[in-house]
Amino acid sequence: MIRIGDAPRVRRLLIGAALVLTALFLLLPLVAIFAQALMSGIDVYWQNLSDDYTLAAIGLTLLVAVITVPVNLVFGVFLAWLVTRFDFPGRRLLQTLIDIPFAVSPVVAGLVYLLLYGRNGWLGGWLDAHDIQIMFAWPGIVLVTLFVTCPFVARELIPLMQAQGSREEEAAVTLGASGWTIFRRVTLPNIRHALLYGVILTNARAVGEFGAVSVVAGAIRGETNTLPLQVEQLYQDYNTVGAFTSASLLALLALLTLAAKAALEWRAARRETAT
Amino acid sequence: MSIRISQIEKTYGYQGRGRTRALEPIDLDIHDGELIGLLGPSGSGKTTLLRIVAGLEQADSGSIHFGDRDVTRVHVRDRRIGFVFQHYALFRHMSVFDNVAFGLTAMPRSQRPSSGEIRSRVMQLLEMVRLQDFAERFPAQLSGGQQQRVSLARALALKPDVLLLDEPFGALDAKVRQELRRWLRHLHEELHFTSLFVTHDQEEALELSDRVVVMSNGRIEQIATPDTLYRQPANRFVFEFLGDVNRIEGDIEKEVLTCGNARVAVPGIENGRQELLLRPHEVCLDEQPSTRAHLPVSVTAVVPVGAEVRLELEADWLGEPWLATISHADFERLAITRGKRLFAQPSRLHRFDTSRPQTLAPLSAS
Repeated sequence: MIRIGDAPRVRRLLIGAALVLTALFLLLPLVAIFAQALMSGIDVYWQNLSDDYTLAAIGLTLLVAVITVPVNLVFGVFLAWLVTRFDFPGRRLLQTLIDIPFAVSPVVAGLVYLLLYGRNGWLGGWLDAHDIQIMFAWPGIVLVTLFVTCPFVARELIPLMQAQGSREEEAAVTLGASGWTIFRRVTLPNIRHALLYGVILTNARAVGEFGAVSVVAGAIRGETNTLPLQVEQLYQDYNTVGAFTSASLLALLALLTLAAKAALEWRAARRETAT
Repeated sequence: MSIRISQIEKTYGYQGRGRTRALEPIDLDIHDGELIGLLGPSGSGKTTLLRIVAGLEQADSGSIHFGDRDVTRVHVRDRRIGFVFQHYALFRHMSVFDNVAFGLTAMPRSQRPSSGEIRSRVMQLLEMVRLQDFAERFPAQLSGGQQQRVSLARALALKPDVLLLDEPFGALDAKVRQELRRWLRHLHEELHFTSLFVTHDQEEALELSDRVVVMSNGRIEQIATPDTLYRQPANRFVFEFLGDVNRIEGDIEKEVLTCGNARVAVPGIENGRQELLLRPHEVCLDEQPSTRAHLPVSVTAVVPVGAEVRLELEADWLGEPWLATISHADFERLAITRGKRLFAQPSRLHRFDTSRPQTLAPLSAS
């Protein structure tokens, strides 16, 4: 059988092109981030990093992630369970609705939240009367991040749970297991790889979200700036090194995330071959 | 534990669009210790009925009793049933041991046996299914037949009142299926649980069951012992479903059916157009026509399988070819080869188009 690119020369050419492009478009920018951040030496890097505003941004970003990830984890599992284990009118509609945050531009999502919860928004008057501030404060940032990241876990789980079917759970229930026991001992072990992967993706997006957050955050330095916003603001201030220092943190988080994902995939592959 | 199913009814789908009637009101009594086969083509409602008995699905109306206990509204987990799934449904991330132990370890702490008791019970069950050496393996490392045995051991671990099996051997190859069937029969005689199993394989139903329930289109067609079922089918559906069927259709005048150049005497039958049926083993073959039957056929295929020889017969007067099974002795006596012309002699004919099924046995062998 002859495949396209079977000739050694063509093959070498194709592989070479792929490597060059990867280096050019993916690796080089990554290297550039760290190079720029460390341009003026490690001392300046540390100094930029321990800047109060940057530390506040790091803290806020972590807070957003710490709230978003567990909430969407529970929500995603619940949604996937509902959609794959029960048949009810509107099931397909629900499956389509899950994708809205993917389909809509994050900026639009931010604007919608502003419209809902902002001072002049539909709920704004009531919130104002009760002295609850959501927009231009951390609750607003958390809310839009929840919105933007909510499909990741469910989207990872639904195809898997559909493929696995509910036979094992049915077997467990005929053996007298309670709902929680079934979930803990049968469902969860079967979906844990996909679940972790969904969590990693959710976390990556929660930490890195810019568009939606920038609309609802109001860019108050040291208060409502998350790391991506901080990067942008420092850059606007012509503080290139500072901007890249924060950017390097985000890049580092991304690398850690990718490493975690690779490790998971490697473990899953090893498990497959073991059985 | 006896099972009494009364007026169980089920319709799938929501109001209006896509509604299908899965079960007409069904009545069925299963005695204590009986092994009952639910036999029917796919879509006949047999699996739905089994799942309703298990409690995995809810009937729209009707009731189910296990002994004196009304379990209609009882949740699956409290029904004390064992369920064996077609594709085993073993917990893929647990060892064989943990699979079998699941029901015991999932009990509330207050009722749960000690881990030592669980261990000995599980090992005893694994011994029963002859898998004691496989306790630490994972399901993916076992063959289909072994997986199904694990699944059986798991279902029996809680000593259920009722064992329900959904096409238990459907996914296995013929030889393993034979072996497991015999083994299940044996196990049933030994432990004496009441069980209900679903199958679309008539041979399996006839071989395993004390009584067979034949279903089609959500209805019970007949409930009978395998013997009765085969000899006295209640209607045409049962007759056709239980084996291969040959057809002859023609005009009857003075107790003789004529169809093209073929004719056969059928005593006691009224005039008019009639369709008669017969099984492959009810077709005898000879080199000469008899006074009672003149049915010229030619052999188009010869398949020697096991104890008998299967032949395919064709003729101008036949709409579709007949199947005949004859003994090796006859096969040799008549020196049958492909293309050989012979004469068929029905030893028995069946008619189902009147309200009462009729078996007509008019012909002596010569």
